[in-house]
Amino acid sequence: MRVLVAGLNHKSADVEVREKLAFAGEKLEQGLSALLALPQVKEAMIISTCNRVEIYMGVDEPADATRQVKHFISSFHSIPEVLLDKALYFHTDSTAVRHIFRVASSLDSMVVGEPQILGQVKDSFLLALNKKTTGVLMNKLMKKAISVAKRVRTETRVAENAVSISFAAVELARKIFNDLGGKSVLLLGAGEMAELAARHLMNNGVNEIVVANRTFERGCELAQDFKGRAVPFSGFKDEMVHSDIVICSTGAPNYVVFKQDLHHIMKERKQRPVFLIDISVPRNVDPKINGLENVYLYDVDDLQGVVDSNRNERNKEAQKAEDIIGVEVEVFERWVASLQSIPTVVALRQKARCISEAELERLFNRTNLDEKQQGAVRQMASAIVNKLIHSPTAALKEDVEDRDQLIAMIRKLYDLNGD
Amino acid sequence: MGAITFGISLVFYFCAMLFSLLDLLRSSKTVPKLMLTSAIIGFGFQTVYIFYKGFSLGHVPFVNPREATSFFAWCIFLLFFILAYRYKVGLLGSFITPMAFLLMFISFLLPSEIKPLSPMLRSEWLGVHTVFAFLANAAFAMAAGVGFMYLVQEHYVKSKHLGGLFSRLPSLHVLDEINYRLVTAGFPLFTVAIITGSIWADNAWGSYISWEPRQIWALVTWLIFGIVLHARLQRGWRGRRAAALSILGFLTIIGAFAGLALLQKGQHVFL
Repeated sequence: MRVLVAGLNHKSADVEVREKLAFAGEKLEQGLSALLALPQVKEAMIISTCNRVEIYMGVDEPADATRQVKHFISSFHSIPEVLLDKALYFHTDSTAVRHIFRVASSLDSMVVGEPQILGQVKDSFLLALNKKTTGVLMNKLMKKAISVAKRVRTETRVAENAVSISFAAVELARKIFNDLGGKSVLLLGAGEMAELAARHLMNNGVNEIVVANRTFERGCELAQDFKGRAVPFSGFKDEMVHSDIVICSTGAPNYVVFKQDLHHIMKERKQRPVFLIDISVPRNVDPKINGLENVYLYDVDDLQGVVDSNRNERNKEAQKAEDIIGVEVEVFERWVASLQSIPTVVALRQKARCISEAELERLFNRTNLDEKQQGAVRQMASAIVNKLIHSPTAALKEDVEDRDQLIAMIRKLYDLNGD
Repeated sequence: MGAITFGISLVFYFCAMLFSLLDLLRSSKTVPKLMLTSAIIGFGFQTVYIFYKGFSLGHVPFVNPREATSFFAWCIFLLFFILAYRYKVGLLGSFITPMAFLLMFISFLLPSEIKPLSPMLRSEWLGVHTVFAFLANAAFAMAAGVGFMYLVQEHYVKSKHLGGLFSRLPSLHVLDEINYRLVTAGFPLFTVAIITGSIWADNAWGSYISWEPRQIWALVTWLIFGIVLHARLQRGWRGRRAAALSILGFLTIIGAFAGLALLQKGQHVFL
């Protein structure tokens, strides 16, 4: 049996295609049973997330199976096969194994290193286990994929750094304040980026958001969204005394917050730290402010710099992860290969036993041997059989490169293909 | 027995220091555990050593520079364990254990001879005074170590280069908080040490203070940390300033300790 994966992801297909091909809710179980009904498919498992739809299978003949699966996908989702050509990819054997290892380790994700995918792989596997749609091959493959993903996570730092501006802002806020619970955020201006950053901060524990916008009404709307409050723009300096994090995006053509202002504000705050995020271009906060004690100012370029260096770091770590995966794929391939020879070994043993049984039967019918003598003959026969098939079975179990050839040869020599 | 237990604890502290430095180089789950385990074993042996010495002398053993320095290290490790347990902050050991090991090593190099204590000084105050004084000094030493961590982390955040230890060092808030707690703990301990010291001096020599160098230095240290606390509470001197001041305060202590130990003068028993 061989591993085959058919699928599409955020790189191969747009979201419109992905959502059409998703196996959501009940469709997942229906899909699994429909797949197993295909003559070529022996084991199957489906991973369906918003960024990927992938079918993992154990099949006998990948080429045939590929055709059948493609047909299945097209008819199951009622999409013409022609449309699938661009979106679908198929991998077999070691390429397929490498693929699932990379997926589970989050190397194939839109944001490399994001942690959700491993959970999604686990859930998909559990469902398939419950529905008993997987067997020896898939079970081993998925268990291995999960353990490889864990290894990648502990041995590399691929999942460690924030790779978006909002996340970088949250990470920095955490390194300044530790716990964001009880901290208050002031939004100066109501730009989209500011809103996004504020939302991230809220998701991470910030519980008070104040909006100071030039157009008061727009400020009120946004404040309602956040269950915060709006203040008139002119009063933002008084508000800053109580704000731990200030996100600035007013769209003003020049500085709005000056060093002198902040100097006074810090005195009133008794030097409690302030984190200023200036995402406006041109900048709204005088960069000299970063020189004040307990004031930390990051503008868009600074945050982008953090993101870039994190991304570089991740890519470096991703290379380490690929190396780990390369080794693990080899190990798995060896196991699959050894699996391949098992039916031949079994068939060979069975054939030998059949012959010896039949010959013994004939001999005992023709002669008058007592039980003791029969036992002795039986022992001799089985010794001869075992010794004769020992070397071919040992050769089959050995780790050799041209195992396929060897299997074919042994099957031919011993005429194992007949039945 | 004494020399063996001391030697064993020195070796384990050395291992703890190596592990703590290794921890700086690359993050790992096992290295910090190995570091803590070696430190705890070393600490255990040193505790046995201190009790053994104390019983054989009949009074607390911290009466010569060697014993005093090693007890200083013992106090630092004690506080380190408490902090590591209470705050679980990353890399604390890397900044503390080298300092504590260094003290142990200095102690190891000093002469071990203990002169018989003059009957005048034999009193319960000896134990109370020294234990409080060293616990306070250990708290100040830790405050300096944590203050140094604060300065390093603040440098990362301010300079916007978030590489190196940035992701593994604790947040500025936590470092500032620990620094503050240590100074607030150390200050009253130090005050008690000064008071018990004066009472002891009064009992022994008939006056609370004799203006010898050691006592003057103690008052200077007390004043510095008093200022650190006052400035923080009244004027919001937190963060970088508090960190820098606590480092300065600790350097004063070390300076006094080393300077006066070299001079070997005054009525202070071991100085």
